[in-house]
Amino acid sequence: MDLAKHWRQKATRYRLEGQRHRVTGAVRFPAQPGMPGEDPDVWEPFVFSGQGEIYSFTVLRQAATGFAQIGPYPVALVKLVEGPLVSAQLTDCAEADLAIGLPVEMVTRRLKDMGADGVLVYGYKFRPILR
Amino acid sequence: MHNVFIIGTGTTPVAEHYMRTLTDLALEAFGAALQEVAPTVTPSDIGALYVANALGESLAGQSQLGALLATATGLVGIEAIRVEAAGASGGVALRQAAMAIMAGVHDLVAVIGVEKVTDKLDPEVEAGLALAIDSDFEAEQGFTMTAQWALLMRRYMHEYGYAADAFAPFPVNAHTNAVSNPGAMYRFAINADKYRKAGQVASPLNMLDCSSLADGAAVLLLASERRVREWGVPAIRIAASALATDTLALHARRDLLWFAAVQQSATTALGQANLTHTDIDVLELTDPHGIAAALALEASGFVERGTAPRHAADGGITPTGATPLATGGGYKARGDTGGASGVYQVVELVRQLRGTAGAAQVKDAQVAFAQCLGGVGATAVTHILVNAER
Amino acid sequence: MKQPDRPVGLVGYGVYVPRYRIAGKEIARIWTDGQGGVPVDAKSVPGPDEDTITMSIEAARNALARAALPATALSAVWVGSESHPYSVKPSGTVVAEALGTTPWISAADWQFACKAGSEAMTASMGLVGSGMADYAMAIGADTAQGRPGDALEYTASAGAAALLIGPAEESVAVIEATLSYVTDTPDFFRRADRPYPVHGHRFTGEPAYFHHIRSAATCLLDQMGRTPADYTYAIFHQPNAKFPQSVAKQLGFSDAQIAPGLLSPQIGNTYSAIALAGLCATLDVAQPGDTIFMTTYGSSAGSDAYSFVVTPALLERRHRAPLMSAYLSRQEFVDYAVYVKWRNELVLG
Repeated sequence: MDLAKHWRQKATRYRLEGQRHRVTGAVRFPAQPGMPGEDPDVWEPFVFSGQGEIYSFTVLRQAATGFAQIGPYPVALVKLVEGPLVSAQLTDCAEADLAIGLPVEMVTRRLKDMGADGVLVYGYKFRPILR
Repeated sequence: MHNVFIIGTGTTPVAEHYMRTLTDLALEAFGAALQEVAPTVTPSDIGALYVANALGESLAGQSQLGALLATATGLVGIEAIRVEAAGASGGVALRQAAMAIMAGVHDLVAVIGVEKVTDKLDPEVEAGLALAIDSDFEAEQGFTMTAQWALLMRRYMHEYGYAADAFAPFPVNAHTNAVSNPGAMYRFAINADKYRKAGQVASPLNMLDCSSLADGAAVLLLASERRVREWGVPAIRIAASALATDTLALHARRDLLWFAAVQQSATTALGQANLTHTDIDVLELTDPHGIAAALALEASGFVERGTAPRHAADGGITPTGATPLATGGGYKARGDTGGASGVYQVVELVRQLRGTAGAAQVKDAQVAFAQCLGGVGATAVTHILVNAER
Repeated sequence: MKQPDRPVGLVGYGVYVPRYRIAGKEIARIWTDGQGGVPVDAKSVPGPDEDTITMSIEAARNALARAALPATALSAVWVGSESHPYSVKPSGTVVAEALGTTPWISAADWQFACKAGSEAMTASMGLVGSGMADYAMAIGADTAQGRPGDALEYTASAGAAALLIGPAEESVAVIEATLSYVTDTPDFFRRADRPYPVHGHRFTGEPAYFHHIRSAATCLLDQMGRTPADYTYAIFHQPNAKFPQSVAKQLGFSDAQIAPGLLSPQIGNTYSAIALAGLCATLDVAQPGDTIFMTTYGSSAGSDAYSFVVTPALLERRHRAPLMSAYLSRQEFVDYAVYVKWRNELVLG
């Protein structure tokens, strides 16, 4: 059923929450566990703005499991303005709209439907900027 | 450390072997390898089995393949393990086997690469392959391994100014070579025009630039120098073995178009063998797509960064080129056998070093370079093989 | 009429409309051979990755942006819909989590057909007006279920509107008063576990929509000592293009007064969101001192009436989030086949 597996990710998936280093200001997404010997409190939660640009993209015609329902769909590596790269689907766009460098923004959408007796999984996708 | 030699090889054809089980396939290849060294060498001489397999649990419904195949090969009780590193399983199992001999623990071991995927339908196969990418942050976002190669290809085209059909020489070369490999899955030639017209799979990757996963088994028999001398069998020496890893998630890489694990394992291997790139006569790389071969050639140091497609267009990867690649068809035309691919690679290189590769023979091949990758370069394992006289 | 002890108002507001549309004529092509009129030009269609939860999240984020408040300032996130993705598991929990308001928050779902959002709004007025909380988010959102071939298929659409209620002195529009008028009138309903609602055709008109809106509106106007002419703008529930224009006329409101908030001709009836979205569209153009009258309607049946006065704060906050016009102008038309595929109306085995 994968209940806890998705539940653990809600801050990350719903709000694009990563981490910032309290001392250096470096940011990373997603959050990582602490390394051996590292001060456990040195990384604090950091919510990314959701703004970014397309670093690369592709339109998948042979879907991953659980994604076959939506037909061909675009996925991308998005470079967030704060620096990190994120792997995410693109939405609200046609293939012809897509280009490396296109500015995009994060939206929260339904990622997966785990079936009639399963949960709905929500998470981040990116779309061309609305305004 | 002891020297390690390959003294026997065996394969099944790569195909949709609906009639054969995983065990059937493994036994066929195992028997073929033993046949090469019979009657001098017998199964009871074998000290350990190393099974290379990536998808046993997800697609064949079977784990603990070491014990399973130990019994199936009539070697009940023998030391046997299964090695998994996604697509690098074959090379990694070979390394584990070689290290046993280098360490003097065993003097004859078998590497059995085997993959049985056709009992499952496409969606389950995609799901099995997706186990090798980052689960929470790539697979759950709808990514597949093919999507990742496509992302790299598009970025590569953008940064170095290539069109998609610049990669056509890779599958064209692979298919041409497969015509003279009786065990290849696809034994027909293709051309650049067909490549240009092929339908998209994950843009910009098209149908002729994507390998197909199928069933097969490939076996290597590895022996110590003492045994080689004792038996007097022809042998190929493993001159180097090196493994490196990189981040699993593509988005976590420092430089997406540079496979650091490939660079590390290739450099270490060449150093171990005391050789340079120009000493290499023939190569096997993980090449399910042209972009994969390009990135591996570059990070391994055979060509300058950003130049691999031009190098291929100039004939550099054909049997008469500077870096002959996919002489048995590669992943694209020989077929992609998941965890077994790394063993098929070495069997093909042994065929080249023995001079029995027919129309795809590289003239006077003496030194070979085998590299296989797990995922999109998350694991890279490189072996260098030399004819034993050197 | 009801007025809280502590004056309240709209501190922020936000909308969301999906980018996809299907033309009324396209639906008519399938079901009536293209003959006859259509009740709206087009309706909004949710994309395959959208639902009441996702739309509520974007509308609420827009409302928070306008209010320029941290999410943790909210004491309630209440979502009104008749198309909650779960029957049991509140849309509110996902929305509250996505906004960053958890865990010290009240989150629940409301249902009263098309007035579920205004129910949440009235309750929010009580929560804030009683002093129990400073800020509460009331959301109306729907991906309305249109029975294939039915008259309502032309109008059952998708959208969300979020209203952030807080102290009147911090608001862009003060809520002067409200009242609710409810009877058990079965004009339109959906039994549990049934995929599509049923409606009573002409019974949904006079005994239902018109009676309840007129009753609530007339009573509030009387109790406030006001007439329609006293208001700059008015918004009524919009099951189609004609009904809100008719009830406005019956009550004495003009076409000009209802124009900025009349969205159904372009996007259909977004059910729990439509009246609130009309309010938001009106706020997008209103000026300080303008007065706004709104009466919602939910089937089976009831109406909530409200009176608002716009404050100067609106001018500064309006442009902190996309206007309704930005959502309206983004349109991608789909045909009936794509519409049916996305609305999960194909039997996939």
